[in-house]
Amino acid sequence: MGSGDSGADCDETIERLYHYLDGELTDERRAEIKHHLDDCSPCLDAYGFEEELRHVIANRCRDHVPESLLARIRQAIEDEERRVR
Amino acid sequence: MADRARFTDLAMEHTPALYSAAMRMTRNSADAEDLVQETFLKAYRSFERFEEGTNLKAWLYKILTNTFINSYRAAKRRPEKADVEDVEDLYLYRRLGSLSGELGRSAEEELFEHFTDDEVKEALESLPEVFRIAVLLADVEGFSYKEIAEITEVPIGTVMSRIHRGRKALQKALLDFAVAGGLVTTEAGR
Repeated sequence: MGSGDSGADCDETIERLYHYLDGELTDERRAEIKHHLDDCSPCLDAYGFEEELRHVIANRCRDHVPESLLARIRQAIEDEERRVR
Repeated sequence: MADRARFTDLAMEHTPALYSAAMRMTRNSADAEDLVQETFLKAYRSFERFEEGTNLKAWLYKILTNTFINSYRAAKRRPEKADVEDVEDLYLYRRLGSLSGELGRSAEEELFEHFTDDEVKEALESLPEVFRIAVLLADVEGFSYKEIAEITEVPIGTVMSRIHRGRKALQKALLDFAVAGGLVTTEAGR
């Protein structure tokens, strides 16, 4: 991979990619990485993949909550309310 | 101080998210249901200690995670492999080139559409607990590093390390599924 001009290069960008993805960088660092991504399509491509993968994982890890569980919870809270009175 | 009468209104909307987290933690629906019920009961009992307007979701997740660790974790019954193999950054991305793509579809699309929900869940569940919990809190629930540090009661540096290493381990697990599913043509796992 080539390197960008000022600020972050490819190695630094990849190293910081998760922090960038997670919104956990300082504004200054964030701007450096963004500047590199604007200029470097290989890094931008890699970033796009990681971002998409994260969405896929979040969307696939959903579960249907059994109705019986909701009823059990409500009942348990009601029992507790009665117990305490 | 939060009012108990408001508990059901405020807290129960988080049931689906908490249930999913419980499923990933316990890896079976019976324990997940018990864990969620126990969490709500504990939350209800200590609700007057919750400051309304602060992060209710994080507060509930903290109760869930603590209850899991104290009552349900596998380590209590048998010791668990506590570490993950260190793999390179962009592990899965770098192996996209080895995917057997149908004409006209990008390797990325091919990969993402290949995985079933069960495979993604199983891949996440295959991680050792500390990494699994870090990744699910970050990627499935969208908590910040700071929130995860508060929920799991570990330093923020440890949180970062677990998320980064956990994600890479998850990618390796996903690739293993892709290989098993015949999606990979070359020796991509090396």
